[in-house]
Amino acid sequence: MTQARTMTDGGYNFAYLDEQTKRMIRRAILKAVAIPGHQVPFGSREMPLPYGWGTGGIQVTASIIGLADVLKVIDQGADDTTNAVSIRRFFARTAGVATTQATEAATIIQTRHRIPETVLKDDQIIVYQVPIPEPLRWLEPREAETRKMHGLADYGVMHVKLYEDIATYGHIETSYDYPVLVNGRYLTAPSPIPKFDNPKMHEMAALQLFGAGREKRIYAIPPYTRVESLDFEDHPFAAQTWDARCAICGAGDSFLDEVITDDHGGSMFVCSDTDHCGRRVADGHRGDGE
Amino acid sequence: MTTSTGSMTGGLAAGFHDPVHDAQGVFRDVLRAMSRPGEVRETAVQIDPPAPLNIAGAAVCLALLDFETPLWIDGGGRDADGAASFLTFHTGAPRATGPAQADFVLVADGRILPAFDTFRQGTDEAPEGSATLIVQVADLAAASPDAAGAWRLDGPGIDGTVGLHVSGLPDGIADDLARNADRFPRGIDLILCAGRRIAALPRTTRVEG
Repeated sequence: MTQARTMTDGGYNFAYLDEQTKRMIRRAILKAVAIPGHQVPFGSREMPLPYGWGTGGIQVTASIIGLADVLKVIDQGADDTTNAVSIRRFFARTAGVATTQATEAATIIQTRHRIPETVLKDDQIIVYQVPIPEPLRWLEPREAETRKMHGLADYGVMHVKLYEDIATYGHIETSYDYPVLVNGRYLTAPSPIPKFDNPKMHEMAALQLFGAGREKRIYAIPPYTRVESLDFEDHPFAAQTWDARCAICGAGDSFLDEVITDDHGGSMFVCSDTDHCGRRVADGHRGDGE
Repeated sequence: MTTSTGSMTGGLAAGFHDPVHDAQGVFRDVLRAMSRPGEVRETAVQIDPPAPLNIAGAAVCLALLDFETPLWIDGGGRDADGAASFLTFHTGAPRATGPAQADFVLVADGRILPAFDTFRQGTDEAPEGSATLIVQVADLAAASPDAAGAWRLDGPGIDGTVGLHVSGLPDGIADDLARNADRFPRGIDLILCAGRRIAALPRTTRVEG
């Protein structure tokens, strides 16, 4: 599962970015850590892949990674999807670092849209790829206004949005990128992780860093920091649950993806976290789809 | 690049031997310290900076400063010209025209730390515009939160409370730090440096002295 360090491609600086860019990003990361949940602007660089493919996360990872690190990259929980494989290979080639699929073996985990099921530890850093860092963007398109709203902690409009969901649908419709309040102060986008993962962000032992390449923002949640999903007393936050279990490993407590299996409406539910599922199977757990 | 036998070349001490990996290692120490206030890191980097710089203070400057970051050096009454030429040569950081214009402030002697309002506090809309203070102190050590003479810290990055022992800061600094935390989201962030040791006090940390 773990690939040892390799020789790097010549011609590029370590981890692709030049040193001045790394310093600029490192300074932004330090300020982001000091102001939990606040979006710090940074000079996002053109990367050898398009915006939307994780350029923000890659720039954060490139600025923190060192020779001793072991990198894991997931896309929707899976280590073996195109985006995850490409980014992992990118760092293996440009930084020569060791890579892994095992969550507990990684020192840096770059993720698109999931937090691993394995509880993250004190010596790990999770880097989120973020498309839209501004949680208020769909409610207030003007950047000058949203900055003012953050400055004044004026988040009533988000509560109105959630209330309107309840009035229209009877429940809060938002199921991913569900807004959180960090350390009781900043309204923050958790990136498009399912709300199932929101509780994992609360008091997490690992440092959480967020990079948005197109929108040129970095933000952070330090370890052991309060992260509350917005809700109402009479409509408390609740994560998704399933009636099904994972068809491969039988897990009843992980985030499940529905996979269509034929043209006749057949489908099965499987763990989105491939490492978690694989480890359970190796431990002898079985679902009824096998 | 070859390095001469001494650390001096033409009167100027050498910077990082391996600029890429030394800078990354020092940055990770600072990131760890900033995200876990009270935790004391020890940098392994091999440098021999000119007085009044200590190893950690110089290493943090070399890792974070460049032409984009105006630097204010508070020599604490000592001659800091050697340190200034060292940092200017190795980082290219321009000298700030005053303490209120600086992104980074190097305080050579923490005992005569200037008042925090001397420095940029950031604004409510852009609190990241505040100054980062690199403060050299006599000693830094992790401590139990209840140890005599140690600070009790709590806030983001801290699981419950931790203790930190710092010597070489003015009396009453705990009150200044508390006022700094009250300004949140505005406020300055401190990186404390003693010998090879690094600890940080971001504006979110509540300090009881």
